[in-house]
Amino acid sequence: MEDLIEILEGIHPDVDYNTCESLIDDGILDSFDIVTLISEINQEFDVVISAEHIVPENFNSAKALYELIERLEEE
Amino acid sequence: MLFTSYSFLFFLILLFVIYYVFPSKAQWVILLIASLIFYALNSPVYLIFIGITILTTYGAGILLDNSFVKEKAYIKEHKETLSKEEKKAYKRANKTKRRWLFWSCLIFNFGILAVTKYTNFGISNINGIMKMFHSGTELQFVDLIIPLGISFYTFQSMGYLIDVSRDSVKAQRNIGKLALFVLFFPQLVQGPISRYGDLSTSLYEAHPFDINKFMRGIERIIWGFFKKLVIADRILPAVNTLKDSYETMDGFYVVLLGLFYALELYADFTGGIDITIGIAEALGIKVKENFIRPYFSKCIKEYWRRWHISLGAYFTEYLFYPVSVCKPMLDISKVARKILGEKIGKKVPVYLSTIIVWLITGIWHGAAWNFVVWGLGNCFFIMLSEELDPVYIWVKKKFKINESKYYYRAFQIIRTFILMCSLRMFDLYRNVPVTFKMLGTTVYKWNIASVLREGIWNLGLTGVDYVILIIGTIILFSVSMMSRRENMRDIIAKKGYVLRGVVYGVLFVCIILFGAYGIGYDASQFIYNQF
Repeated sequence: MEDLIEILEGIHPDVDYNTCESLIDDGILDSFDIVTLISEINQEFDVVISAEHIVPENFNSAKALYELIERLEEE
Repeated sequence: MLFTSYSFLFFLILLFVIYYVFPSKAQWVILLIASLIFYALNSPVYLIFIGITILTTYGAGILLDNSFVKEKAYIKEHKETLSKEEKKAYKRANKTKRRWLFWSCLIFNFGILAVTKYTNFGISNINGIMKMFHSGTELQFVDLIIPLGISFYTFQSMGYLIDVSRDSVKAQRNIGKLALFVLFFPQLVQGPISRYGDLSTSLYEAHPFDINKFMRGIERIIWGFFKKLVIADRILPAVNTLKDSYETMDGFYVVLLGLFYALELYADFTGGIDITIGIAEALGIKVKENFIRPYFSKCIKEYWRRWHISLGAYFTEYLFYPVSVCKPMLDISKVARKILGEKIGKKVPVYLSTIIVWLITGIWHGAAWNFVVWGLGNCFFIMLSEELDPVYIWVKKKFKINESKYYYRAFQIIRTFILMCSLRMFDLYRNVPVTFKMLGTTVYKWNIASVLREGIWNLGLTGVDYVILIIGTIILFSVSMMSRRENMRDIIAKKGYVLRGVVYGVLFVCIILFGAYGIGYDASQFIYNQF
């Protein structure tokens, strides 16, 4: 989880990722940020997040995103 | 049958009566018949094209859905006996079959769109290349039918197919209901491009007559007609004069053209969408908004999130994301990081995908090079603003600029507005070198003497036209300003029936008195109908 928070802070350092649950709904992460994030996650965790996974439920919080990474790692 | 024609008004009144007189359960069937009539009245031949799209989308959707159902059932049944690897292999085999089916249907339907809309563009480019090599042969242009609304219905159907292929919506098993989703007449010719998950629920359910909802829909239709007939169609002659006489209309007149076209395009397109959403609302159906006060955007990225929202969302969801996060693009990113370093390398997939998306957005708007340049121009400024972000931060810090202050927000809004007006010149002049030349004249060729002599009286508009346009623009601007926190219709609705009646009554009278029509006048086609 720390690795993921570090990646997210590299994109927007001024957000509290431990508490924020509306990264997409509040427009904090835009489409450019999401693609950069997915590319970074691919580098760090070696998982491929495909377009069908890009839905607000998976990207609204660091926790939800981490759960998605874990799910993909298991598959 | 144009939205602004008398025959369409008659069609609409008849539909409202039949829709609410018949039992609610039959409403979707009535809508389907109405949509078929609407489409067939334009040309029965078009029905063959849209029919093929409906049939192929329906068949592929059912087969994809069946595959998911079968896969889930098989895994559930053999949960205990299958190993992890066996499950993976089974899923992979099914996925491959689904991919073949999905891509066949997608390529087939986008192929029809490409052939009907872009064949002559291809021929003209091939001829251009052959001319460069001094070849004597020249390919003949072909006379192809372009079915009404083909871009909109193809995009909407393929959006449905993508959602089914991702298992994010269930396939529609009633072909009539799927046909209604594709054919729904208010949005067929100029959008918005609805997603199946958003539109289907209210499209198929029963809607008993509700006077409040019905009147809200009618109010929105009146507002749409006001924008289209009183503003957009009235300013149209001036826009045409300014762009057609570009050899004499330079400098000041190019700026004027930018402003006039901004007004015309906004009033025309948002007016058309108001009529579409209003008709749907009067029928009890919810269509998503397509504009959120776009001219108040502070940057170009924000502008495209607020203008033609459904098209932007479509390209983001179904093109930008799939291209930018696909395996080959991630591999390119890895290589780029090694060669160009972390900072630049990680931007490669984002920028490559942005170029692809804007290239296609440009071509979607028209089969010509001016639209390609327009698309790439948008792309260039989006990427430039991303790269200049650290510079903006430095400037703001250095000069202690407070971002939330009204003067800074006003600067951002005006900057974005000027930029978008400049890019639209490629759409207006339809010729890339001419557009660059005319944009250049706004810097070096202000013929003040000529402007003072001719003024604005040689553009095909009378004094009365200008007065109506100024008042209309003030009304448009005021409504936009007042709608910042709450929708203007909600504000008016709260004031009671008397004021509500007076406001829409006055608007209606304005359309009758000041609408740009009369005996023998043919109301102009909506700009977005051509797509």
